[in-house]
Parts: sequence; structure tokens; C-alpha cells
Amino acid sequence: SRKVDSRTIYVGHRPCPTTEALIPPKFCDNRIVSSKYTVWNFLPKNLFEQFRRIANFYFLIIFLVQVIVDTPTSPVTSGLPLFFVITVTAIKQGYEDWLRHKADNEVNKYLVTVLEDGRRARKESEKIKVGDVVEVVEDETFPCDLILLQSSREDETCFVTTASLDGESNHKTHYTVPDTEKNLESLSATIECEQPQPDLYKFVTVFSRCVVFFRSLGPENLLLKGATLKNTQKIYGVAVYSGMETKMALNYQGKSQKRSAVEKSINAFLLVYLCILVSKALVCTTLKYVWQSRPGQDEPWYNQKTQKEKDTNLYLKMFTDFLSFMVLFNFIIPVSMYVTVEMQKFLGSFFISWDKDFFDPEIQEGALVNTSDLNEELGQVEYVFTDKTGTLTQNNMEFIECCIDGFQYKYADSGTELDGFCVTDGPVSMLQQKAGREKEELFLRALCLCHTVQVKEATGQGDGVGDGMIHPADLRGFIASSPDEVALVKGAMKYGFKFLGMESKNMRVMNRNNDVETYELLHVLNFDPVRRRMSVIVRTKSGDTMLFCKGADSSIFPRVRQEEVDRIRMHVERNATEGYRTLCVAYKLLSSEEYDQADTGLREAKLALQDREEKLMAVYNQVETGMSLIGATAVEDRLQEEAAETMEALQGAGMKVWVLTGDKMETAKSTCYACRLFQRSTELLELTVRTLHSWAKSKPVSAFSVPPRSWSSANQDYGFIIDGATLSLVLNSSPDSNSSCYKSLFLQICQNCTTVLCCRMAPLQKAQIVKMVKNSKGSPITLSIGDGANDVSMILEAHVGIGIKGREGRQAVRNSDYAIPKLKHLKKLLLGHGHLYYVRIAHLVQYFFYKNLCFILPQFLYQFFCGYSQQPLYDAAYLTMYNICFTSMPILANSLLEQHICMEVLMDNAALYRDVAKNAMLRWGPFLYWTLLGVYQGLLFFFGVRFLFSNPALQDNGQVFGNWSYGTIVFTVLVFTVTLKLAMDTRHWTWINHFVIWGSLAFYMFFSFFWGGIICLTVKCAWLYKSFIYTTGQKF
Amino acid sequence: MKEELETANRPDNTAFTQQRLPAWQPMLSAGIVIPGFVLIGLAFIGIGVALFIASQNITVLEKDYTGVEITSDCYKCSNPSDKNCTCKLDFSLSNLFEGPVFFYYGLSNYFQSQRSYGVSKDDYQLSGDLDYFKTPISACSPYQYDANQNPIVPCGSLANSMFNDTFKLYQIVNGTKKLVPFDGKGIAWWTDYNIKYRNPSVTPLKNAFNGTVKPPFWSKPAYELDTSDPSNNGFVNQDFLVWMRRAALPDFRKLYRRITEGDYASGLPAGNYSLEIGYNYPVLSFGGRKKVVFSNVSWMGGKNQFLGIAYLVVGSLCVVMSTVMLIVYAKFKFPEDD
Repeated sequence: SRKVDSRTIYVGHRPCPTTEALIPPKFCDNRIVSSKYTVWNFLPKNLFEQFRRIANFYFLIIFLVQVIVDTPTSPVTSGLPLFFVITVTAIKQGYEDWLRHKADNEVNKYLVTVLEDGRRARKESEKIKVGDVVEVVEDETFPCDLILLQSSREDETCFVTTASLDGESNHKTHYTVPDTEKNLESLSATIECEQPQPDLYKFVTVFSRCVVFFRSLGPENLLLKGATLKNTQKIYGVAVYSGMETKMALNYQGKSQKRSAVEKSINAFLLVYLCILVSKALVCTTLKYVWQSRPGQDEPWYNQKTQKEKDTNLYLKMFTDFLSFMVLFNFIIPVSMYVTVEMQKFLGSFFISWDKDFFDPEIQEGALVNTSDLNEELGQVEYVFTDKTGTLTQNNMEFIECCIDGFQYKYADSGTELDGFCVTDGPVSMLQQKAGREKEELFLRALCLCHTVQVKEATGQGDGVGDGMIHPADLRGFIASSPDEVALVKGAMKYGFKFLGMESKNMRVMNRNNDVETYELLHVLNFDPVRRRMSVIVRTKSGDTMLFCKGADSSIFPRVRQEEVDRIRMHVERNATEGYRTLCVAYKLLSSEEYDQADTGLREAKLALQDREEKLMAVYNQVETGMSLIGATAVEDRLQEEAAETMEALQGAGMKVWVLTGDKMETAKSTCYACRLFQRSTELLELTVRTLHSWAKSKPVSAFSVPPRSWSSANQDYGFIIDGATLSLVLNSSPDSNSSCYKSLFLQICQNCTTVLCCRMAPLQKAQIVKMVKNSKGSPITLSIGDGANDVSMILEAHVGIGIKGREGRQAVRNSDYAIPKLKHLKKLLLGHGHLYYVRIAHLVQYFFYKNLCFILPQFLYQFFCGYSQQPLYDAAYLTMYNICFTSMPILANSLLEQHICMEVLMDNAALYRDVAKNAMLRWGPFLYWTLLGVYQGLLFFFGVRFLFSNPALQDNGQVFGNWSYGTIVFTVLVFTVTLKLAMDTRHWTWINHFVIWGSLAFYMFFSFFWGGIICLTVKCAWLYKSFIYTTGQKF
Repeated sequence: MKEELETANRPDNTAFTQQRLPAWQPMLSAGIVIPGFVLIGLAFIGIGVALFIASQNITVLEKDYTGVEITSDCYKCSNPSDKNCTCKLDFSLSNLFEGPVFFYYGLSNYFQSQRSYGVSKDDYQLSGDLDYFKTPISACSPYQYDANQNPIVPCGSLANSMFNDTFKLYQIVNGTKKLVPFDGKGIAWWTDYNIKYRNPSVTPLKNAFNGTVKPPFWSKPAYELDTSDPSNNGFVNQDFLVWMRRAALPDFRKLYRRITEGDYASGLPAGNYSLEIGYNYPVLSFGGRKKVVFSNVSWMGGKNQFLGIAYLVVGSLCVVMSTVMLIVYAKFKFPEDD
């Protein structure tokens, strides 16, 4: 029986001759589906989803009751607004899904070339099947996950950029399956690989050519869907994962609708009000039947029942009475609140996109709002998860300075760019001293040789090596696995040493005298994050074999002579504290015996089928010893504008900043220092593969038993650093009893640190972290900010996702809730807009509940005076128009324009953000205050008028007022009180506020004047009144 | 060209879009709040005093005539089987009852505010639409059609239960009864009389009611409510209009007549009076009471202590609050200024 956790793929669908029967395995097709609906299921599915909202469902029930039961108000009063809300939402969601369909089609219908029985066939991307051999040309993206079989490059490699996957814009080298046949048509082979899983950096596969030939493959052979082929004319690959099973699709999480914490509060309040509503209805129903049981009350002679009423079953009557009361009091939870909240959010979001402070002249764009539902959530953020590359930094490396043999060389940024390194008019030295010319040149040669940079073939232009002409740096493109390397090569170029490229196995370097030197490249000892250094072994023309090594100070210093270290350490540490990325450069002259030994060791290790990595590592370590230190470099990854200020403001506002990056730890750490996320005084706690290794060596105990140490007092800031591999140990550890304990322990440590840095993260791990924090105790509000496709998963996972309109495509922007051009805009977005929107919507919600409570409470109390007969206190027009016309505009205007503290003050005092943290204005305390206020005022309105009506002759002509007048008086007092209450809460009176507040009251008076006809005096007016009465019904 | 592009994408730099509209930001300082409270308090006290005095000056005379007590003259009429019973209510005034005097009848424990009762009428019928004379709306049930399927006009419980006690007031002058003239005009709402209720434009009015029957409780059809005055007959009969305007509370009074004419224009002089009551309206079956009320009015309407007291209480509270605030302010604020 076959194990389920692996799949077998037949290259080109050709089975091995030896295997007896081929059962073609079934894999999913290569279609990407991100849309939610189809034409057929749109209506039922959308309606179902809409009515899952507690409010919509409630209004539907009320509407149905009104249709079925004889109720005091018409079904139109609740049916029409509900229909309106549902329709508008459905149209909006339908349109959004149509856009998704379009985007999907674009990807799925893209034409690709597939090799079929020796012919090249054009096919739509969605028709690719697992096992197909696919051709991809330069600058095309891979249509599915492929295993590289053949490349047009001689060295059996191809270059790939995964910018849209993990955000790393550099070129990565991938290798073909070693020693395969050149003829793909006759190649029959099987690939045994694991079932699809989302980890981008993990891939284990066995490639077998029909039993006789096995090769194990790793991630370096796998081309991921979504990555782009670069600098390689074309490649052939075999599809291994397709469609929704590709690593990209598995890393992509569906965009589910986000609900803000405020909406959760609204739902909680809604439940309270539902309880109030139901209990009101229950009380009235009970009292009705108690009251009727008294003699003479049930059916007085003046109010006889109809035959039908007499025949109805008592319990049925009770039930319909209950429902009628529900309908009568249902205005306590008005549809209009949802409409107003939606309008506030929708209109309010315009202020974000209109804000000219968010406008970036460089890209000619301002902020973009994709989801207006989350405006207020911006004011509630507790955790900020930020990407590093492109978000905190500009992803633009620049060589700043170097240090040779203890002397500092700072490149003077003058007009004389290329010969600025001459001894005579050389760069400013701190001590006005120079290292020897020999050392300088050795250092620069090392920079030119010790790297894996490739020169992109200049297009059109002659190479111009021999003519002594100097090309500007930007004419020559460099391709490298890390932008630091390019920066170093470019840095060396500034000082006169120019890397010209590879010619077969020779590296060519042009020195300061414009002579071309050639070096034979013997070995590259690749960079890896554990060793944290890389080396090359080259042979000079004169026959010397040299090893150049560059790497992190911590990994170089132990391998060089100590007296050299002290001179350079000072510089390195100073550079590191300035936030530069530092590398140390060392070299070693290899004797021929030493070289031979190393050479054989490396060759053997490379051919090893088992433990290849470990064997290579051992040889590397053996070779890279006893070197001499030449110098150190400092490269700056420019921070985004005002990155440090922004981060400081966020921390000042009480937010915790976590940096989640796919980048290396050193780089990320230096960025954190530069952004002032780590301070000088911050004590760093490191939990990485490296520390695990060292701990494991020192004592073989659990990695988590940190050596006992004294934790300093509360004032100490802690920073926590963890890498992806370690994190997966923590998160996905075997399901033993300790694993959940680790997770909570980890979370606890992280939550007590001011800053957490997670490096080497896969996109999904970023999302995992966000999810973990999101679901932790107290469910804090999280915000993710990023610019690349690798940030999409965390942008989608967090409560609020912010996209930066950066260089790395638009995926982050498309999936974000808000997109801003620059990181610095985050400050105003959160501290300014977020704070204001939160205060606005919190007030809006509380005020709405309050005004409807004191609206409906008198109607409830009136039941005690009308024999519990569901007699509405207010006229039907008042009932419907109260929330729509009379009291809606002032609160809407207030919730759009209110600035209880003006924007500048909010931004200058980040600590003000803490005032509204943790949903402060929508907790039960404020809710209770508003509810009690509503109850108090409702009681006052009703009983005030009740005592006034102890003598209903309230006019000087002795005429008496009836029940509608009673309601109208209560209603008038109500409208004025709630409007004036709002006026008293308004701290920012613009002309619009004046207009809507006084205008609403004036409109109410004007309306009542005609509707009630209370104060009609002239004949002309009587005619108007008459027509009005006839058209609107005849209540009065 | 480039600048054009810039203006196309750049957000408008207006005060509104940038949320920089000029705004008044009220600051509630002690210097405003304390004098403000004092002023509001004083104004309220002023209004309260005026209302209270106005209310104190109103004279009210209330007499129950349900006839529950045996001593009451109306006791004999309280048996519902007794038709066309008259009883009288004697009272004397020691002072002049200043005019104009308004005469009300009052009912208690009577729920005119019940919904089923209130909706049991046909507005179209009452606005004179003849179609609804033949087929009244079903809300009028059980007073929609009579047993012979004749439509009832005016239909519904509300109209059917119209108050039908009659009153005549005599002053006893030297042992002889002198009729105090009642004015039945202007007791109904102007809008009811002029707009909402209309007789069908058929003359004589009686013809419009062909094929219909009167409400079962009524002793005479609608077109005979006041045969002497066509402008007070049918649906625009003022007694009918007063009844049709429903009371808000179960204990209510309705205006019956005004005493504005002849010797009594300036009020009811001191002396003995006798009120002759045509006792028709049954209330004891549901535990109700009937009363008559004589009252004069002021600019604020009938006697009502509540409003004046409420104003006085709120006004005094404001003043008290302002003193408290002043004390707090003096105690905690002034030293800091030094």
C-alpha cells in the first residue's frame, strides 16, 4: 500500500517500461479560484450570508411578523429599509466578486507552452496537468510549481525572482536535476514527492529514472508558481503541484470579511436590547391578561370584540399579542442604525483617501481605502506587525564606508566619484592616516572576488574593457542573491576596482590602473545562515591560491588572529550601532597542500548522497580557519522616511511592534536598531537556530531551559528575536503535553517584550504569528503592514491589513484594507484618523441606542394606560421618521466631523491613543451610562406629560387634548432633548453641525405644523393642511 | 503636462476634505457654567412662579354623579335597565365663579385609548365619502353591519359608544329655576370641524343615509343630532367631534359646553344651582365613574399645578447646583491661581 503523504509523478506522462501497470494518479487541475460565488449560487449564498448577520435576521423576523400578524404598524415600515439594505449590499458584493472572477480568468486563461509527444503546444494555463513538461521563457511567471529539467544556460541553472512570493526581489539561482538526459522527449522518469504543503523553503523529493538512477532533489530544483524567470532565455520543467495545490495558493488565504471590534460590541449591545425588547413584550402580554381577568375589563360594552376574536384560541391570542408588542417596540433596534453606521463608515473613509498628507508626489497617489468597515479599528490597534524589506527599509542598499586594517575610509560623495580613493586626495580619514596601499588593494580585490554576483549582459553597448573607458555604474546590471553583495561590488567600484564578470571559470577585475586582472574561481563556499559567512577560493595569475572570506563579525572574529580583531572591532561595533549592516573581510593564502586537501574534501562532500550539508559544513569550517582580517564594510539599507519617528510614535501610543521578515537575522536586527525599535539599553533575547545549536552543544537539555538568570527590574526593555525554523519548532511541535505550554510560554515572553523580531519567516508563518497573537488572551487588535506578496497572508490574517504602495507589485495593496504610499503615513492613519473614527463611531453607537431607548420607553409605559392594547403612543409617521429624518442627520454629521481633540494635537501626543485603547468607549460602563440616561429621560418624558395631562384642557379656549396630542407632546420633547443632548456632546461646531442640528429641529417643527395641524391659523394653511391630510392618511 | 497629471490625482486641498473646516470649540469653564446655571435657574423659577400663580387663580368645581351612593339623587338612575331617567345635582356657589366658565363631563376607568377601540371607525366614511356608507371598512367590526347586513353609519365602536348624557343647568333664583344658557359652539377642534369630518354633499342630509342604519347604541340617527342647526348636524356635530377625539388616559374629561352668554358671560354668580341630568350612559358595568366639572381657564389652560411646580423644582436645582459648583470652584481653583 502506498503511503498517502507522497505523490508519484510521471514526467511527460510516460511510465517506466519496468513498472507493470500505470494507474494515472488524479491531481487537481491548474485552476486558481479566488471568487466566492457563481451565477447560480449567488442569490441563495449571498442572502444566507447576509441573514447570518444578527441584525438582518432580526429585521427579517420583525418583517415577517408584521406581514402575518395583525400589528399596530404596517409591514412597509420595516420591510422597505430592510429590502434597501439587503439589495445595496448584494449589489456591492456581487460587483466585488465579478472583479475576482475577472482576475482569476486572467491567470487561468494565460497561454503557456507545453511539450506534448515531442510537439510544442500552446495551452491555457488552467489546462496544465501534473506531469506536463512546460516551457517558460524569460520574464514569464511560472504557471505552476515546476521541477527544473533543462535550462538554456550553459551551467544548468536559471535565475528566478520571487518578489511576488516572499518579497525578496533579488535573483535566486535554481539548478536542473543533475545528470539528466538532454532529450526531454525520451526522458521517462518518475518523481516521488511529498503532498503539497505551504512551506516555501521546504521540499524533499526523489527523482528516479526508472530504477537505475536516483537523485534527491531539494528546494533549489523547484520553481514556484508566481515566481518570475530572469536572465535565462528559457527553461523546461515538469509540473509537480498545480492549481490550488501550488505553494503560492496554499500560502494564499481567502479574503474573508473582517468585522471590527466595534461591530462585536454593537452585537453585544444588540443582544441586551433584544432582551429588553423581549422582556418588555413579555411584561405587557402578561399584564394584559392579568388586567383583563378583572371583571368588566376584558370586554366593556363600548368595545365589543368581533366574532373572530372571540373564537380565537386563548394561547394563540397570547402569542400574537406578544408578537404585536414585539413589533410595537421593535423601533428600539432600528434598521436605520445599521444604515447610519454603514454610511458613516463609507463616507468617513473618504476623508482618508482625500487626505493630502497621504499624497505621495513620487507615485502620484494618495491613500486607498479598500474596506471602509474598519475605520474605527485603526484607533484600537495594540499590535503592529510590520514587514521589514520595503516597509521599514527602502530595500535599497548603499555602501557607506569601510575600514581597512583599522583605518576608516568614508566615501566622500563628491563629483569625482571613481577616483576618490587615491591616496593623495583620498577619503576623509578619522585619524588622517591610511593603511598601506597594499592592504587597500587587497581589501578591494577581496570585495571584487568574494561574492556570487553576476553581471547582467550589457545590451547593445560594447563591453569597453580594453579601451579604458569607464562605464557609469548603472549601465551595468548586477544580479545577486542579496542586495548587500551588489552594494559591496558597487562600493569597490567607487574606489576604482571594478568587477567585470565571469569568463568561463575566470573572474575578471579591472584595477585602479585600468588593468584587467583575471582570477580562476576554484570554489565557492556558499553563504548559509548558520555559518553566516561565505568564501571563495581563487587562483591568481601568478599561481597563488587564495581564500577570501566575508561574513558577520561574530563568525569571522574567532577565525582570525586576535591582534587584528581589536583594531577593527571598534569600527564594526560603531557601524552596527548606527544601523548599518556590517561585514568583515578576511583572506588566507593557501599552500598547495592545503588547497589539495580542501579541494578533495569539497568534491567528496558535494557528491555525497547522504548528509551532504553536514559534510560540506565540516569542510568549510576546516578551510576557513587561520585567516587574516583585512577590514570591514558598512552598508546601509536606507530606512523609509521617518521610519524611526513613526515607530517611536506607535510605541508611544502603547502599541507593540513586531517585525516579521523573511530576511536574515543580522540585517533585520540592524534595521530594528536603526528604527529605534531596539534601543541601546534594550536587552536582546535571542532564540534562533544558532543559539539552539550552541545551547545544545553546551548542555544537552531542552532548548527552552534558558540558563537561570536574574531578570532586571521593570524598567529594562527587552527585545526578542526568533527565526522561522525555531518558530516552527514552537508552533508545530509534536503534540505532546509540552507543546501548548511552549506556545503559551513563547507568547508570554513576547508580550512582555517591547519589540519582537521574527526573521526568516515564510509568508504563512507570518500569518501564524498574527493568528497566535490575535487569538491570545484578551484578543488584542492586530495590524499588519507590508508591501510584498509575502505579506499578503499576514495582511489578510490581521484585524487590519495595511498595504504599502511600494515597488514590489500590487498584491499587498490589493489584499489590504487600507493602502498608503509610505510608512510614515501610518502615524496619521492610526493616531489621527483611527482615533477620531473610533471616538466618532463609539459615540454614534451609544447615542443611537440611547435615543431609541428613550424613544420607545414612553411607548412601553403608555401600554399601562391603554389597557395593554398595543396602542402606539406616537403617530405612524413619527414612528418611521424619527430615526430617518428627525434625529439622523445631526448624529451622522457629528460622527463624520467631530474632532473632540484636533488632529494635530492627537498626532503630537501619541499617548492620547491609550485613552481609547481596549475599546474604552464601548465597554459596559459607558453603555450602562447611556442606557440609564435613556431610561431616565424616557421616564421623565412620559410621566411629565402624564402629570400635565391630569387636566388635558391645555389651551386657553378650554378644548381638551387627545391621545395623539399626548404622543406629539412627548415626541416633541423627545426630539428636542436628544438633539440638544447631541449638541452638548459636540465639541467641534462647524457650519455643517449648526446647519443639521438646528435644521433638523426646524424641519421637525415645520413637518409637525402641517401634520398635526396644531397651530394652523390661516385659511391658506388649511387648504395645504387638507391636501396633506388626504395624501398621508388621516390620523389626527 | 506633468502638473496637469499632478492635479488630477492630488486630493483637493479644501477645508472640508482636509477636515479643517473652521469650527467653534466650546470650552465649558467655570466662568460660563456657573453664571449660566444661575441664569437658567432664575428663568425657570420665574416661569414656575407665573405658572403656579396662574394655576392657583383658576377655580374648579368637580361633582361626581354616577349615583353609587344611595344619598345621591342619581342613584335611582344607575340601574342600566332604566331608560330616560333624569336626576339632578344641586350645588351652591359662595362666590362669583369667574367666566368664561367651561363645563366638562368626565369619565374614569374608561379606555378610549385602546387600540381596537380607536381604530374602529372609518375615516373615509366620516369625511363624507358615500362609497363607504354602503361598505364601511372592516375595522368597524362588530359595528360594521347590523344583523340584517345593513351598513351602520357612522360605523365602529368609537362612534357607537358616543356619550349621550344631557345636562341642563339652572340657577335657583328666589325658588324659581333660571336656565343658564350653554354655548355648544367652538368646543371641538378647528381641524376636526373644518377639515377632517365632512357631511356628504347631499341635501337633505337624510337622503345620504338611505339604506344605512344608525349605530345600535344611538337613540337617533346621525342626521338628527342637531336638527336645528345644519352646521352642527351629522358628522360635524360638535358633541360627536369631541367624542371622536380620543382621550389619552383612562380618566379623562371632555368639553361639553361653554357658559358665555347673557347674564352669565362674566361668570356664575354666587347662589344655588341645580344641574338636571339626562342619565343615559352606563358606566358601572366596567367600574367607571361619571362627573361634571366647572372650570375657568387662564392663558395656560385649565388648572394644573404640576407644570409650575416642575419649573420651580428644576429652577431651584439649577441654583443649588451653581452654588455647589461655586463652592467647589472657590475651594479648589482659586489657590492654584496664586
